[in-house]
Amino acid sequence: MATITIREALNQAIREELARDERVFLMGEEVAAYNGAYKVTKGLLDEFGPKRVIDTPITELGFAGLGVGAAMVGLRPIVEFITFNFSILATDQIVNSAAKMLYMSGGQYNIPIVFRGPGGSAYQVSSQHSQAIESWFAYFPGLKVVMPSTPADAKGLLKSAIRDDDPVIFIEQERMYGNKGEVPDDPDFTIPLGVADIKREGTDVTIVARSLMVPIALKAADKLQEQGVSCEVIDPRTIRPLDIDTIIESVKKTNRVVLAEESHPVCGINAEISAAIMERAMDFLDAPVKRVSGIDVPMPYAKNLEDLVVPDVDRVIAAVREVAYLD
Amino acid sequence: MSKQTAEQATAAGAEEQSSPDVATQPDKVDLATLQRDRDAAKERQKSRLGGLETETLIELYRQMILIRRFEEKAAEVYSAGKIGGFCHLYIGQEAVAVGTLSALRKDDYVITSYREHGHALAKGMTPESVMAELYGKATGCSKGKGGSMHMFDKSLNFLGGHGIVGGQIPLGTGAAFASKYQGTDQVTLCFFGEAAVNQGAFHESLNMAQLWKLPCIYICENNQYGMGTSLERAMSLRDISKKASAYEMASEFVDGMDVLAVREATARAVERARKDYLPTLLEIRTYRFMGHSMSDPGNYRTRAEIEKYQERDPIKLFSASLREEKIADEKLLKEIDAEVRKQVEESVRFAEESPYPAPEELYTDIYANPIDPSARKL
Amino acid sequence: MGEPLAEIDTDKATMEMQALSEGVLRKILVQEGESAPLGQLIAVVGTPDEDISSLLSEAPAKAAPAEKQPEPAAQPASRTPAAAPETNGRQQAPQESSQSGRMIVSPLAARMAAEAGVDLKSLQGSGPGGRIIKRDIEAAMSQSKAAPGGTFPRSVEPLKFQQAQVATASPYRDEPSSEIRRVIARRLVTSLGPVPHFFLTSEIEMDRAAEMRRGINALDPDLKISINDIIIKVVAVALVQHPAVNASFQDKFIRYYEHADIGVAVAIEDGLITPVVRAADQKSLSQIAGEVRELAERAKTRKLKPEEYTGATFSVSNLGMFGIDEFTAIINPPESGILAVGAMTPKPVVRNDEVVVKQMMRVTMSCDHRVIDGATGAKFLQTVKKMLENPLYLVV
Repeated sequence: MATITIREALNQAIREELARDERVFLMGEEVAAYNGAYKVTKGLLDEFGPKRVIDTPITELGFAGLGVGAAMVGLRPIVEFITFNFSILATDQIVNSAAKMLYMSGGQYNIPIVFRGPGGSAYQVSSQHSQAIESWFAYFPGLKVVMPSTPADAKGLLKSAIRDDDPVIFIEQERMYGNKGEVPDDPDFTIPLGVADIKREGTDVTIVARSLMVPIALKAADKLQEQGVSCEVIDPRTIRPLDIDTIIESVKKTNRVVLAEESHPVCGINAEISAAIMERAMDFLDAPVKRVSGIDVPMPYAKNLEDLVVPDVDRVIAAVREVAYLD
Repeated sequence: MSKQTAEQATAAGAEEQSSPDVATQPDKVDLATLQRDRDAAKERQKSRLGGLETETLIELYRQMILIRRFEEKAAEVYSAGKIGGFCHLYIGQEAVAVGTLSALRKDDYVITSYREHGHALAKGMTPESVMAELYGKATGCSKGKGGSMHMFDKSLNFLGGHGIVGGQIPLGTGAAFASKYQGTDQVTLCFFGEAAVNQGAFHESLNMAQLWKLPCIYICENNQYGMGTSLERAMSLRDISKKASAYEMASEFVDGMDVLAVREATARAVERARKDYLPTLLEIRTYRFMGHSMSDPGNYRTRAEIEKYQERDPIKLFSASLREEKIADEKLLKEIDAEVRKQVEESVRFAEESPYPAPEELYTDIYANPIDPSARKL
Repeated sequence: MGEPLAEIDTDKATMEMQALSEGVLRKILVQEGESAPLGQLIAVVGTPDEDISSLLSEAPAKAAPAEKQPEPAAQPASRTPAAAPETNGRQQAPQESSQSGRMIVSPLAARMAAEAGVDLKSLQGSGPGGRIIKRDIEAAMSQSKAAPGGTFPRSVEPLKFQQAQVATASPYRDEPSSEIRRVIARRLVTSLGPVPHFFLTSEIEMDRAAEMRRGINALDPDLKISINDIIIKVVAVALVQHPAVNASFQDKFIRYYEHADIGVAVAIEDGLITPVVRAADQKSLSQIAGEVRELAERAKTRKLKPEEYTGATFSVSNLGMFGIDEFTAIINPPESGILAVGAMTPKPVVRNDEVVVKQMMRVTMSCDHRVIDGATGAKFLQTVKKMLENPLYLVV
């Protein structure tokens, strides 16, 4: 076990998979000579050469589609978006091509591709560069959507994503690249997609959190423990397909649930989880499902305003206390 | 390796270039002028017959007439309510699919838009599997899940019909990228209509293809209408082949009513691609005789305009050339036609008798590696 | 004043609402035949020339004020987490109040109540807007009581008491122990330890007590009277009627108390504490309920002063919330007894030769045999049972 950052864990995952499978290649803006806008791909050009690690023009729709086409005929591309904000330009290829190809071809053309890059709230880059859009992708059958919250998850899940035969949207949290944690050294260490992780066990309230919200939920749980409230923190890790069973089991145990996410609340993943809980565990609820989401505004630049938008420990604690009828 | 510039390549097809303002259409067409144009085209076509096996020429004719009869039948059964959704017919454009694909090897890739029945048949897919797909039957080439716009056949490297205008252009570029990455000499033909040229996907793809030297041949089937909007109302630089020069890419303008001209131009592009991993843009001027789709009466075009192009019907032209050069007589051509009609009838019978997809098929083919499929219920 | 204005429907009875002030009926807002939720302005009574326009303009807003109004959208100026609406600044639907007449129950609580046979109508929810939640069901499952019929003697003998050392504790009078009392005491201690216990158990039908509780709480949801509060009141009243039980053996004398100071056993994190409701015999149920709640709250946070948990004359310990049917409790000296209360559960019983289901509760009284004999204790317990089974005795 080595203690490394999420950035390093992702780098290891890509390096190991490039070495493992000749069909895997990496492309995107600044991934090669520049070593990656966020340095996730550092050193890969030197190690694997320009055939495998490819700098693209700024042409998101183009290289996303090129990746899908290459995946149709036997390659396994890793396509990096400098941030997922730019993937919006490429959504036609992700949604209309990658997600649906297998289905509309009657099972003939699967698309083994990973679209990855940072997403979610960044620091003070205003509205176009700081947003969580995972629910867009999670909406579409045919895509898998993964959001790791720890270095070990980042590495294990990215390796699984690269080996997966379907298109995977892999969203790294921009603020979390420097977060450290222990990662197994085994080069065959993977974490299966679609399996939630109980980051902390508890009995009174379930907190479902992903990505940036996981460390915040865990901090909130620590503080709540001091107040006599035992929280269970569940990180779905893959939001499509969503491991709803693990969430439902937890809710049946705790009877109360807080759903934390940094994205906008409208039509978000929390709305989906909430509906699933209603459908499958309503009789176990002692309080309404409580959502803690990013405030429903475009991200502002000013620091004080930005801090108001992204949910923090206090907001999670307040939500937990509310569903536990403590205030 | 010869660096083929846009200028040089365009020169190869210069004789076809009529006037710079290619999209201007007369309201009234003088019959004598029409006949003169047609005769000139026929002479050009006849000059291309030399060196081609009779068998090849007959096969080109057979394929064109198959597409024509297939599409006529598709229109008929569509009107009878046997086919749902959109149905974009290829009538009038047969020379393009047949001419281009006849210049390919079997393992080359083909990808196209939603107007793809013709390409599918020309690539070797059976009328049965195409018709059954139109019927939404389990025996269709996409198991009834794709329909008119999404025909695929992996065994023939037919990468499908795609429904978003221009969406297939980056995909075709990717297939070409993969050929080069894998070190094969397969080339990719990527078809699209002229309206797709205005999409960013077109420009992004051409830039990457020339930048990275990818063996992709971009074939713009210029039928002069993007749905109901004519080229002149939608494009500032209407000489599409010139757009390749923005990317230093080779290009040619081709008469899409002449199957042999199409075949020759494609063969030149294929050679560049196969030998030197070089892309080409071909603008192939053609005309669709029908509306944009079965729900489009096409009344934004004048009768005169349609008549002008019907005079240039690629099948009429080719059959005249074949007859006049004694390559085939009327009797043979009629036999081929009858045989094709039978084949098409057979495809309808096959489609009619085929089963619909089983309800369970709803949930298959969403993921290659499904996770917890049991969680998904009807 | 005093003129009937309207009828108030409770789930128990229909009562007349009378005018509470002098004046003329200036404006009728809810017409005859219509109904209105509790709290809504239905009419204005005033002097003939009084300006009532402001009252009338407020009228709709007065209707059943929601428990919690949605906060306005977050103001950027300060970082108050609660002020940032979690659902994005869209208005949250106001919490539906129980005052609208609809019972609000969490799905879990509804299921638990159905499984445990708890009548939701008997409960007052402690959640927002009176929502009945899990903890209310758990509390209800741990409580219950009622008493059988028969008259009981009112002890009215005027006696003199002296003030206790703890300021608010019950005054008492000391009487010399008789010789026989001292012998009994000595012999029993030899046999059983310093405080020789014996136990009396009785099963009590609690339907009427539960009904009374429901009725009271329906009158004022803020009261939140529990079954245990009723038990405390009944025990206190019975103790005053049975002075021999409301007593303490002090070797040379027996101390008889004027009032019943009831110790209420409260489980706290590392043990048990018994805060005292002083003169519970004199207090109303709502006073008792309020005091118990407040004392228990402070007991859990260990903020009780010593005089608040010492000097009871008798104790009540209730383990019904843990599903305990019946148990024996240890007397807290120098008190003479403690009543151990089990869970209220529906049971088939024979009434008028018919098997009917009644809410039954078992109580066991531990008696200090040095001061209470079997018959003395039994008579006291009989009174308790009688009053719980027919709590109207509390008011006669």
